[in-house]
Amino acid sequence: MSEKELGQKWDRCLADCAVKFGTGLGLGIVFSVVFFKRRTWPIVFGTGLGLGMAYSNCQNDLRSRYVLHSKVAKEQ
Amino acid sequence: MLRVCWKGAHAAARQCVCGKVKAHPLQHCRKYSTAGDSGSSAGKIVAASLLSVGGGLGGAILYAKWDPKFRANVEKSVPYSDQLFEMALGPPPPPLVLLQKKPIEPLQIFSLSEASKESKQPKDKAKKSDPAPVEAPAAVEEAPAPTAQTLEEASVEAAHIISAIGEVPSVPAPGTSDESPPGHTAAGEECKDHHEPELKERPAEEVTARLAQQDKAEQDALALTLFPTLTAGLEESLGSTAKTTLQAIGAQEAALTAIAAHTNKLKEAMDSETPPDEKSSQWKALNEALSDRTRAMEEAEEALLKAKGELENLRGVINSAKQSKINTARPQILAAEENLHSMIVDLDKVVTKVQTAQTEAKIVSQYSELVNEAKAQFQQELANITPETQANWKGLSGKLSADDLTSLIAHAHRRIDQLNRELAEQRVREQIHIEVALEQQKLEDQKALERAVVSTLEHSREDMRLEQEKKAQEVREVMEAEMRTQLRRQAAAHTDHLRDVLKVQEQELREEAQEILNSKMMEQETHYRRLTQEQLDTFTLDMNAAYARLKGIEEAIDSHVIAEEEARKAHQLWLSVEALNYTLRSAGADFPTEPLEGAVGVIKENCAENEFAQALATAIPEESLSRGIYSEASLRARFYDIRRLARRVALIDETRNSLYQYFLSYLQSVLLFEREQVAPPAKLAPEDLDTFKLLAYANYSIERGDLELAAKFVNQLRGESQRVAQDWLKEARLTLETKQVISLLSAYANAVGLGTTQAP
Repeated sequence: MSEKELGQKWDRCLADCAVKFGTGLGLGIVFSVVFFKRRTWPIVFGTGLGLGMAYSNCQNDLRSRYVLHSKVAKEQ
Repeated sequence: MLRVCWKGAHAAARQCVCGKVKAHPLQHCRKYSTAGDSGSSAGKIVAASLLSVGGGLGGAILYAKWDPKFRANVEKSVPYSDQLFEMALGPPPPPLVLLQKKPIEPLQIFSLSEASKESKQPKDKAKKSDPAPVEAPAAVEEAPAPTAQTLEEASVEAAHIISAIGEVPSVPAPGTSDESPPGHTAAGEECKDHHEPELKERPAEEVTARLAQQDKAEQDALALTLFPTLTAGLEESLGSTAKTTLQAIGAQEAALTAIAAHTNKLKEAMDSETPPDEKSSQWKALNEALSDRTRAMEEAEEALLKAKGELENLRGVINSAKQSKINTARPQILAAEENLHSMIVDLDKVVTKVQTAQTEAKIVSQYSELVNEAKAQFQQELANITPETQANWKGLSGKLSADDLTSLIAHAHRRIDQLNRELAEQRVREQIHIEVALEQQKLEDQKALERAVVSTLEHSREDMRLEQEKKAQEVREVMEAEMRTQLRRQAAAHTDHLRDVLKVQEQELREEAQEILNSKMMEQETHYRRLTQEQLDTFTLDMNAAYARLKGIEEAIDSHVIAEEEARKAHQLWLSVEALNYTLRSAGADFPTEPLEGAVGVIKENCAENEFAQALATAIPEESLSRGIYSEASLRARFYDIRRLARRVALIDETRNSLYQYFLSYLQSVLLFEREQVAPPAKLAPEDLDTFKLLAYANYSIERGDLELAAKFVNQLRGESQRVAQDWLKEARLTLETKQVISLLSAYANAVGLGTTQAP
């Protein structure tokens, strides 16, 4: 169902966003905790990183149809 | 062939014999030829000499006929030639000499030989033997013609005369048995008469008729019991006749012996010089002998009469047998005749003997009488003259022989005178006595001669007849045999000829029959062919008609069948299409119908030969076959989702596909207010290609149930909306296609059904 595809994409996007967010957060936290002495910026950074990644993934996902793929033709 | 022989024989006979000629001339020729061939040289010489002699005599007779002076000379010089000439110039032998050929020469010889006998009898006694053999062959070979018969008779008479003259002493023969010669001559006459009718020549036509008659009569008689009765009768009569004849002969011989004894005794009594007492006994014995003789004579007479009677009977039987004319009985008849003849001959001989004996006895008795007379006279004279020597004279009287006379001379010296006287007396009476005695003797002689001649003639005639019969029989047998062979040959030739003719006829008839058969067969065949052809034609016609009708019927039926088939097919198609339609209804709200494969497969099966249906059936998209299609309702329901989603992503396309755009399009969809259903225009302008408008049009169409239009509108979406509506569009397209095909099919099925449905 093509109509469901968008929905699925959005689901994936959200899930991915959540995951990324979480992961980012997590990582951020971790990093912050671990590396950056519980600064917030790793968390934010991680979270932002995560969100950004999610956003980018979502976008890519949503754009995937329109993106042109090229191939290098082999020299004959 | 037989007739040819007969004709040749008759021709030869006519050439050979003229005048009254008897039958069996062929016999003559044959016999003479056989006689000539088989005769020895001696016979030839004899014949030649006889011929020459006969020729001389014939010439003499002829010349005598012509020249009476010569005749007179001959008569003078040759004794007894006058008799010959008398005889000769009666029935003419010279014509026979002139005209006839060999067969009659013996006749001539015969007659001339008897003439020679007559003329040269005292000189030539040896010639008597010649006539006898000549007689015999002549008698045997010749058919007794009447002339020949008379000649024979004459010759026999002459022979008898000669023999009578030569042998029989000139003794007065008293005819005692007078009845026998008449019977004899009667028999002879009868015989002669019997011969006469038999011996005439029969013409050729009669011969065959007679032969045929004979054969028929023979067969008839043979068929009956005539033949055995004949033979039995013959034998019986033969036996009885033989017995009586023997008896008669015996009696005659007894009479003969009695006569002889008596005569002897008489002679003894006359001549012996016995003493008187013995003489008396002699005379007693003589009387006894005389009585014996008379008795024997009587017995002989009786026996002779009986024998004669029996002979007559036998003759009658033989005649009747001859009358019956059975050829096979001929030998018996011949034998019987021979027997009869021999018996007659014996009887006659014996009778002649008896007669001679009687004659002798008569003579002797006459002698005795004379002697007694003489003796008595002499005794009387002696008694008158010399009574003392009576006894001697008694014993010695009666014998006139010289011895006795010489012996008596001494005693009869005295008597000489007496005797001389008597002699003188006798001399005086001599002539008269002699004449009287001669007369008597002549008479007696004539009578005896006649009788003897007659009897001998009869005998010889009988002999000849029998011989002739025998020869005739033999010749007949031979002829019969020859005729049989010829007949056999003829029969064989006839059968051959018949066979040939029959073969030829058979051939002809066969060919004819074959032709007729062929023609008939052809006719029949043509007829049959025609009939069969007609039949065939009619049959063919009928068959053709029937076939045509059948064909028509078949075609009708086929067309019916076809029509019905078509109808059925159409019906089936329609049913299957209906089934398909029905399956379409099986679509649920959110799930598609059953896969249309089955129904379409059914359709495909049912209308395999319907290209249109097949094409249509194959035109149905695969998805619908395998997965089925969504119903319009579901599609309609799904459209709303599609509409919503398509409104949300209305701005997204290839150029704008970031998230921000997404947010903006969402925002647009929320903030844009339009009517949900807008009636689509007839023509689409380019500004109408806006998503929202399109969706409104589609919504409007789909709300109106026009999925196609909706699909068309949806198809105009671009960008992400297009992508979002892609599946729905596909589904819609599928459904639309399938529905279209199905509607086509159903329309086609309806059309076909309408087409095939026949108006009642």
